[in-house]
Amino acid sequence: MMGNNTLDRWFSCRPAAGVGRVALAEVPQLPYPAFAADMRALLGSVSGGADFSESNRCVAYFAVPDAATGGLSFYALVARDAEGDVLVAGHALDYYHEGFLESLSRDIPVLHVFEREITELYGVHFDGQPWDKPLRYSYNRHHRDDSMDTYPFYTIDSRDLHEVHVGPVHAGIIEPGAFRFLCDGERIVHLEIALGYQHRGIESLIAGTSHRLRQAVLGESIAGDTVLGHGIAMAGILESGAPEGWRGCDVIRCERAVALEMERLAVHIGDTAALCMDMAYQTGHVACEALRTLVINAMQQWCGNRFGKGLVRPFGANYRLTLERAKHIESTLTEVIGRYRTVGRDLLSTPSVLARLEGICPVTRGQALRVGAVGPSARMAGVRRDARCAFNFYPLEGFEPVVVDAEAERGNGDLLSRLKMRLREAEVSYAMIVAGCKELAGKWFEGYPAPDYSRALAGESLVFSLAEGWRGEICHAALTDGAGEVAAYKVYDPSLHNWTMLALSVRGAQISDFPVSNKSFNLSYCGHDL
Amino acid sequence: MLLTSIKVLMQHGTQYIRHLDRVKLCDEFRGRPVLRSAGLTAAAGAELCGLCPTGAISFGPGLTLDMGKCLFCGECAVRFPEQVRFTNEYRLASPTREGLVVTEGQAAGEWNFDYSAVRPEIGRMFRRSLHLREVSAGGDNSCEMELGAAGNVNFDMGRYGIEFTASPRHADGVVVTGPVTANMARELESTWQAVPEPKVLIAVGVDAISGGLFADSPAVNREFFEVHKPDLYVPGNPAHPMTFITGVRALIGCRTGVPAAAEDRETGE
Ligand code: SF4
Repeated sequence: MMGNNTLDRWFSCRPAAGVGRVALAEVPQLPYPAFAADMRALLGSVSGGADFSESNRCVAYFAVPDAATGGLSFYALVARDAEGDVLVAGHALDYYHEGFLESLSRDIPVLHVFEREITELYGVHFDGQPWDKPLRYSYNRHHRDDSMDTYPFYTIDSRDLHEVHVGPVHAGIIEPGAFRFLCDGERIVHLEIALGYQHRGIESLIAGTSHRLRQAVLGESIAGDTVLGHGIAMAGILESGAPEGWRGCDVIRCERAVALEMERLAVHIGDTAALCMDMAYQTGHVACEALRTLVINAMQQWCGNRFGKGLVRPFGANYRLTLERAKHIESTLTEVIGRYRTVGRDLLSTPSVLARLEGICPVTRGQALRVGAVGPSARMAGVRRDARCAFNFYPLEGFEPVVVDAEAERGNGDLLSRLKMRLREAEVSYAMIVAGCKELAGKWFEGYPAPDYSRALAGESLVFSLAEGWRGEICHAALTDGAGEVAAYKVYDPSLHNWTMLALSVRGAQISDFPVSNKSFNLSYCGHDL
Repeated sequence: MLLTSIKVLMQHGTQYIRHLDRVKLCDEFRGRPVLRSAGLTAAAGAELCGLCPTGAISFGPGLTLDMGKCLFCGECAVRFPEQVRFTNEYRLASPTREGLVVTEGQAAGEWNFDYSAVRPEIGRMFRRSLHLREVSAGGDNSCEMELGAAGNVNFDMGRYGIEFTASPRHADGVVVTGPVTANMARELESTWQAVPEPKVLIAVGVDAISGGLFADSPAVNREFFEVHKPDLYVPGNPAHPMTFITGVRALIGCRTGVPAAAEDRETGE
């Protein structure tokens, strides 16, 4: 077994307010076997079983072409909650390298998305990669003649099983993605999810411009339902040029925290509505829909946009949360949370609702750790993961993440846990918003900085930024050139990991359970496809 | 339990907006812009045009702002408050692409829907019922959610017979959101082909109208819009449900935005 001390060769970075930067010269370049051994020590299971680390997770692993050598440079970031740091290291692949790198996905399934992306972009094959399929058919993929139409779906040649294909265009007003079920009658044996239809090339667009405002609005467009989560993550990168990261203004940081929690609250209420709709519980559906409207309208009164577009800007902001606006938000949300609580009580005391949720579409804690679930998708299965704990950019006193505990709650990981998760996280968000508004009220006389679009990023660095969006941990990473401009930009939406959770949840379930489970996760297509 | 359910219903009360025609959005909402170039030097004008992330503003002679490209990020109005001001007028839709270009001369903030540009059969066929199929082709899910909201308990556009339907075979038209990614181009075209004639095409949101931030992305393929011309453009980022509802109602021939007497009865007023 690998001793922990070999990790000394990794660069340990303590992110300030979720943002960390490492000078490129300081990123340790390891030989691949050493890199692989360390990754196993950090992320692999100790016994070869299901005991993957709860605290450690790979938040980014990517490759960029090295212009000087014609080869590839790889970078990996591993966040550790227990130590409160992020480990950084890299390895390089020579243009003339013969043979293939050994795949780590078999031992560390979390890494399959990262390895698949690298294979798709550069044609670098990983030896023994168990699921060597294109991730999103990006426009700059290595094999241009592969297309969405040739996606290699998993099939079984059997007289007893049949296949059901849904999508990419779905029956509702939702984004495109293809789902293929292998079924035994009505029972789902396996679900495969093929994505990529939403690919807009957003990473290249961000790297391709030095127009800061354009970069900021591109960040807001990564996923239009997570404007604040991605906007804040991106702002962290754009502000990295300031000495020691930008910690200049408490008012802005506190406002961002309030906005982020408002987004979480709105979506959780909206998701409760959607869940009710899919189990045909009309009362809960319409009640929650109306409540969500109140929250996003309060957001509109703050910044002119119901989704918070325009709110987060580098080094400052254009729309101050004035006393009057804060008061309006507080009183609206107090009304909303009261009514939402009643809906929650109603749902949890209605037998027909419980019967539709209890024990349906479960995912175990072991599975969640294995596939690297983050955010509510992990916490509902009992995994304590929340970027707000370790890397919160504005820690509010005594924050504790909501985790659905198997013993105390008599089970977890099923549809009911996903509902409970929402009900309880909404309460936490509400408390944080109220606390944030109070805090801001005490700072109304402080100066309010305007956005600054002229500053360079940290030069010649690897910069990363972590934020807990409502779907989970968002990671943005950038490599910068000597002038402090973005040379390469990477975006990791929590959905990248969590889509596998959805696929696992419906194994053994009925096809008719799928829409409900899909709503209960509510994952992002465009956030995955970029 | 029954008592809790009753409580939920009581608290819920009446949620639908009674008079959709009289809705006024809050002042912070960024709707139709008003422009003024008086006193703008050439250098400041160039700065104003250059700050816009999508190049929606042009200067000389006079200022123009193309709402088909505008993200309504509001930055121009913050930096040049004398030149650009966003009103809370949410009625922005237009049956022509040119109708989205705001110039200085226009009566400040007024909606100028060009009814004569609408194909006459649209009003004749769909005035009382219009069923639409939505295709998201690279949309970021904000426009999609606002379209969903247009039919929710608050806005309830179903009262006018405007609804979204699950199958293109049941639809009278297609609503497109998103810049049309290369990976969705074929699916969008086949959905459009699957809708029987006569049919309408509606582009919702800046991405669909002009490509927005993604206009020059190599991952986008806008051939669909080169071949098919939308009957209605609904600007916004995302388009507000009210922008969509007023636009579609104008498209199907509700002239003034104020309901006729007969329609009053239909809505139970
Ligand atoms: S509000 Fe519109 S016109 Fe003004 S800067 Fe933003 S995108 Fe450009």
